[in-house]
Amino acid sequence: MKATNENISPKKPASTQKDEVVIHAKGIKVGFVDNEVLKNITFDLKRGENMVVLGKSGSGKSVTIQCIVGLLKPDAGDLTVFGENVAEMNDDELKQLRMKIGFLFQSGALYDSMTVRENLEFPLTRVLKLNDQQEIDKRVEEVLDGVGLLDAIDKLPSDLSGGMRKRVGLARTLIVKPEIMLYDEPTTGLDPITSREISELILNMQKKYKTSSIIITHDMECARITADRIVVMDDGEYIAEGSYKELQKSDNKIVKSFFSETI
Amino acid sequence: MAEQAITGWRKWAEDIGEQCVFFARFFRNIFAGGFEWSEFVRQCYEIGYRSMMLVGITSFIMGLVLIVQLRPSIVALGAESMLPKTLAVSFIREIGPVITAIICAGKIASSIGAELGSMKVNEQIDAMEVSGANPLQYLVVTRILATSLMVPLLAVIGDVIGLFGGFLALNITDSISLPLYFHKCIASLDFSDFLPAVVKTIFFGFAIGFVGCYKGYHSNKGTESVGIAANSAVVTASLWIFVIDAIAVQITSLLFYK
Repeated sequence: MKATNENISPKKPASTQKDEVVIHAKGIKVGFVDNEVLKNITFDLKRGENMVVLGKSGSGKSVTIQCIVGLLKPDAGDLTVFGENVAEMNDDELKQLRMKIGFLFQSGALYDSMTVRENLEFPLTRVLKLNDQQEIDKRVEEVLDGVGLLDAIDKLPSDLSGGMRKRVGLARTLIVKPEIMLYDEPTTGLDPITSREISELILNMQKKYKTSSIIITHDMECARITADRIVVMDDGEYIAEGSYKELQKSDNKIVKSFFSETI
Repeated sequence: MAEQAITGWRKWAEDIGEQCVFFARFFRNIFAGGFEWSEFVRQCYEIGYRSMMLVGITSFIMGLVLIVQLRPSIVALGAESMLPKTLAVSFIREIGPVITAIICAGKIASSIGAELGSMKVNEQIDAMEVSGANPLQYLVVTRILATSLMVPLLAVIGDVIGLFGGFLALNITDSISLPLYFHKCIASLDFSDFLPAVVKTIFFGFAIGFVGCYKGYHSNKGTESVGIAANSAVVTASLWIFVIDAIAVQITSLLFYK
């Protein structure tokens, strides 16, 4: 297996590690039947960085992160994560890679038939293969406490609100201590107050677990709170890039339309 | 018109190909290590224990109805004493296994199809996959093996209950003791009646689990797809039961009833 701990994140001096590119995408193209969803996507994600991808629905944002975890394969271009080409990985290598990537789905994607505790135990027992129940309990309680839902530990997902489901989903991805977090529209369908809480939680968790993140959203408040850098997508292409303040001054019509809604 | 037909055939061929790949992946995952015992036991309980009442009631009624329907013809032939034997042979060889399998196709294949379809729609299967867990091993292998084990057990239970139904029907018009009735039933049965019936129910169970899992796992992302997956699972599994039954009868005839 190529993607081991050693060659994925080799120990380097702190300053070099901060500039290390963890995801490198160059000329990515993805198409479905007669529809080209990603046309020519190029970006780098550095270690510890929060990159927000803004774009309207159907612009190809989610497809980008699905390629990163190998759920979809690009038709053309290079996509490397921790220096390894995702498209060339076999099942075992992909599994090793996925253990280092957390993916928060739009719906939270909690397993309906399991309680919150069992949802959180699932990746520990099935992915990390932990057997020590004390260690499992400790990690479950610690991460649930971090998202403020320790009281909901024995509840079923059907008993939770939308915001609580997202928090538990976040806890479930963080419990394996991933190095990269991918958020697929984390605030969609939530009220403004809960959206803000989730955005702040994402930021706090990023600081606590020192992850690099890609946040797919069209929620400008979420982008403002979480982004180190924002990339704007339209019709399968990146059309602008910069900090929140830089993009606020952009003359691009589509970029302007995003910011004008927040004024 | 011709283009539509070609597209339809191509889709059908693609579907067959996908089913073969799914079968190969299922088979490989049985031996991949890390078998999900707790989920397998839970599925056995859900599939077996929770279907027992339905299978029992249906089999009891079938046994009862068969005796009521057969009795006039058998009595006309003056072979009234053959009623337990007739019921036992027909029930153990054919009616019991097929009725149980059809009931299970309706209850279990639809429930597996809907459950996995719903998990697909809600991105739960994707979530398992991107976490590095193996959804095939957790969701598919356990369910298919559980149906392959539980449907034969349910069929055996259904057979016994069906014979009790026949006993009740016989005692409505005639009088026969329970030990004598069961003695007549068992004496009329041979190993060649029981074994092929059990073996074919293993295949029925496999077909029910496989079709349910395949339809659910490959459903499209949309709420409508859950209903389509459940419905398609029942129809396809029922069809497979009759196809397997037809093949099994031919093989059994060649091997046992020359």
